[in-house]
Formats: sequence, C-alpha cells, structure tokens
Amino acid sequence: MDKSMKMRAQLKGDYTEVKVLMSHPMETGRRKNDFDQLVPAHFVQLLTATLNGQLVIEAQWGTGIAKNPYLTFRLKGAKLGDLVEVTWHDNLGETATQSIAVTQA
Amino acid sequence: MQRRSFLLGILTLVALAPIKVLAALWNRPAFEAVKIEDVTQHLNVSEEIPSSDILIVAPERAENGAVVQVEVRSNINGTEAIAILVENNPTPLIANFMFSHGAEPFVVTRIKMAETSDLKVVVKVGNQYFTHAKNITVLENGCG
Repeated sequence: MDKSMKMRAQLKGDYTEVKVLMSHPMETGRRKNDFDQLVPAHFVQLLTATLNGQLVIEAQWGTGIAKNPYLTFRLKGAKLGDLVEVTWHDNLGETATQSIAVTQA
Repeated sequence: MQRRSFLLGILTLVALAPIKVLAALWNRPAFEAVKIEDVTQHLNVSEEIPSSDILIVAPERAENGAVVQVEVRSNINGTEAIAILVENNPTPLIANFMFSHGAEPFVVTRIKMAETSDLKVVVKVGNQYFTHAKNITVLENGCG
C-alpha cells in the first residue's frame, strides 16, 4: 500500500491552511468483492497533526470517511518555514507520517 | 516481588503501551453504535443545545454517496471538538476532531453517505454540547 500523502501548508493572512490527501482503502467491512466475499474492515482510526512538534489536531475516525481521505484544517500562529506533521494509525496497526513546511500562499 | 519479575513486568508494560494508548484513544462504543442516540450517549453528550453558530457547507444533493465533501466550522468561543454524524448510516459516527494550540475549529473532509440523511454536527465546549444539522439528498448510495 502506498502510504504517501499529498500535503500543502499555506500562510493565508492570519491563518495557515493545511490540506492533506492520504492514500487508504477505508474499507468498512461491509463491502463484498467480485466473488461475493466480505472485504475485511481496514480504515484509519486515529489522525494527529502537530505544528513544530506541538499537537494541534487529534481526530478519531470511523469507517464513514471516504476512501483516500481528504482533510483541510487551519492553524493560527504558524510562521513561514514552520513544520506541520500529520500521522495516521489504522485498525490493522499500519501507520504513516509525513511533514511539510509552511509556505506563502 | 522478585526484582527480575518486576523488571519483566515493567518491560511488558512499556512494550504494550503504544497499542493500549491507541486503543484507549479510539472511542469504540461510539463508533460501533448503530443508533444516533447511542452515539451521542457514548460521546458523553448530556444535553444538546441547537446553535446557528455552527456552519455546515455541503451539497443539498450528492450525486454519489461514496464521496460527499463537507465543511464544518464552529463560531462558538472555546470550541474543543467537532463530531460529524450521519444519522442514516449503518454506523452514524463519522469522525470526531479535537482542536488545540491554535487550531481553528474548522475542518473540510469527504465522507460516505449510505442514503439521504441528516448530517449532524456536535460541538463540544467544556461540558456543553451544541448541535446543528443539514439534510443531504443522496442520489446514489456510497456504503459498500
């Protein structure tokens, strides 16, 4: 599974907008494949975001987040060059972390 | 206690800690609940206060329930968390976002909707819970 994320953190006046596109199947456990077999649940349960190492967002997710999860959030007080890091953990113990520096919009 | 078994016990605790922390963080009863009242109960919502200071930007009609983009913003001072629920989904609780250290109570994400339903947002401010809902018509269901 490709665990890379597409990330962007842009300073827009008095806030920084962070956009993240993750790669994850987000299987509910209720879908059947072409052979009529249930596909086991496989979904991100926990997502955290930090700004320069300090926790800013902590999210718990269920199976209702769409496949290849997309997220936008906004941070106050971030400066150009500050580091935003996003980490997810899924129900099968897989995890991914990626970071990006704040740039000018 | 024998020193060796004590040390082994400590080591085991340390090794198990990350998994336990993760398991403790994820609100399993709330996410696995199938009735919306059970979800709010497991989120410890005592009384729901309707609020027009919660803004939901989402389509009136979603062509495809597999991907419905929603934007949620709370203009209520002291907002700590935003939970997103879809009443008619098999498990209504979609996500619970907690904000700290300068994160604005604002989020855009894409969700799945099994059928036409109310999208309900629950905002936590201390011990108070504010709610707002918006109905979204789903033309093609997105829960497989």
